[in-house]
Amino acid sequence: MIKKTVEGVGPALEGVKDGMTLMLGGFGLCGIPENAIGELVRLGVRDLTCISNNAGVDDFGLGLLLQGHQIKKMIASYVGENAEFERQMLSGELEVELTPQGTLAEKCRAARSGFPAFYTPAGYGTEVAEGKEAREFNGKMYVLEYAFEADFSFVKAWKGDEAGNLIFKGTARNFNPPMCGAAKITVAEVEELLPAGALDPNEIHIPGIFVQRIFQGEGYEKRIEKRTVRSREE
Amino acid sequence: MLDKNGIARRIAKEVKDGYYVNLGIGIPTLVANFVRDDISVEFQSENGVLGMGPFPYEGEEDADIINAGKQTITTLPGASFFDSALSFGMIRGKHVDLTILGALQVAENGDIANWKIPGKMVKGMGGAMDLVASAENIIVAMTHTNRAGRSKLLEECTLPLTGVRCVKKIVTDLAVIEVTIHGFKLLERAPGVSVQTIQEATEGTLLIPEEVPEMVF
Repeated sequence: MIKKTVEGVGPALEGVKDGMTLMLGGFGLCGIPENAIGELVRLGVRDLTCISNNAGVDDFGLGLLLQGHQIKKMIASYVGENAEFERQMLSGELEVELTPQGTLAEKCRAARSGFPAFYTPAGYGTEVAEGKEAREFNGKMYVLEYAFEADFSFVKAWKGDEAGNLIFKGTARNFNPPMCGAAKITVAEVEELLPAGALDPNEIHIPGIFVQRIFQGEGYEKRIEKRTVRSREE
Repeated sequence: MLDKNGIARRIAKEVKDGYYVNLGIGIPTLVANFVRDDISVEFQSENGVLGMGPFPYEGEEDADIINAGKQTITTLPGASFFDSALSFGMIRGKHVDLTILGALQVAENGDIANWKIPGKMVKGMGGAMDLVASAENIIVAMTHTNRAGRSKLLEECTLPLTGVRCVKKIVTDLAVIEVTIHGFKLLERAPGVSVQTIQEATEGTLLIPEEVPEMVF
């Protein structure tokens, strides 16, 4: 067994520097690497390029890095719900590359899987395809998109073991698995870190080979963005 | 003239037995409330769930189980969770039978704009570009005119496009419209709405058959 455990978020983020490109898992505030984000804020690293589906909200998630002006460029598919983001983008302080959500996921998966690029129908005929190679296959047009190149990937899982194997919960899975192994170093934080052998190999979502460092996360807030409920009378 | 629930109720009639359906944010989300309960349908949410159920009872909400609109949800028996890459594999691979989404503008050739108003609103396209580029069956749910009273059914979209030549049908507060190679074809009128009202609210080419029945729910 190759051991991937590190003692906490500090050693987990060793080597993160100004100007790096980082991938961060999560959809909205669901399944985000809360501990890694907290440490990035504490470290104060700047000029970051962040690849993440969303940009958090004003006071949580990637919004915390935006507040400290640590992000130079954001690559995302949807950035609503964040006033500070909008302000920095419209004022030109923040560079933004909006990417269709499926393309964003595939650019991660391709990086992980050894594909330099792929063709997708998403965005053909729109401004996201401008300047990109387009090609026809079976009578339909597709756009050439390149795999991401990133330094670190920060993901959050439900359970993990010392070997770096990961299991995700519910829709907190989202972008986390495609980002595993998609950067030079993948750092996984988990709600529950278990000894090797404690997880059933049949149930593993991501094998440890895609994870370089794993640590026991702490103090998860797991904020809900839009709490919607129904009354019991219905 | 229909309200949001009326539009959703009419669209629900387009949902057939055995369909996997992706519902966009806003009016499309309401469609789930009106699908007949004697047919089997599964709702997909692109953040990674198939077999979405209703909102949870108070106190039972789970931060790890949400839909693409970031609302807390529940799952039904037979549901599954998956990652974003697999989710869009379902979408691009045409495994989803019906996509229902909102729009800012639709052109008479089926072009759609729904993600950006230059200088005003830039929230991003989310999964909409993947959905419209892949789905065979796309229904747009929207009001016929915008807040300023301008038609949203145009000869050509003036806003940045989300996808080209992809919309098949449009259900608005005034009418049901099919997108044909000759333009917008008026299929049904909302209760109490005249053909003339629909014509006046439509900027693109409107093809009006001799008989335009009122919607039946």
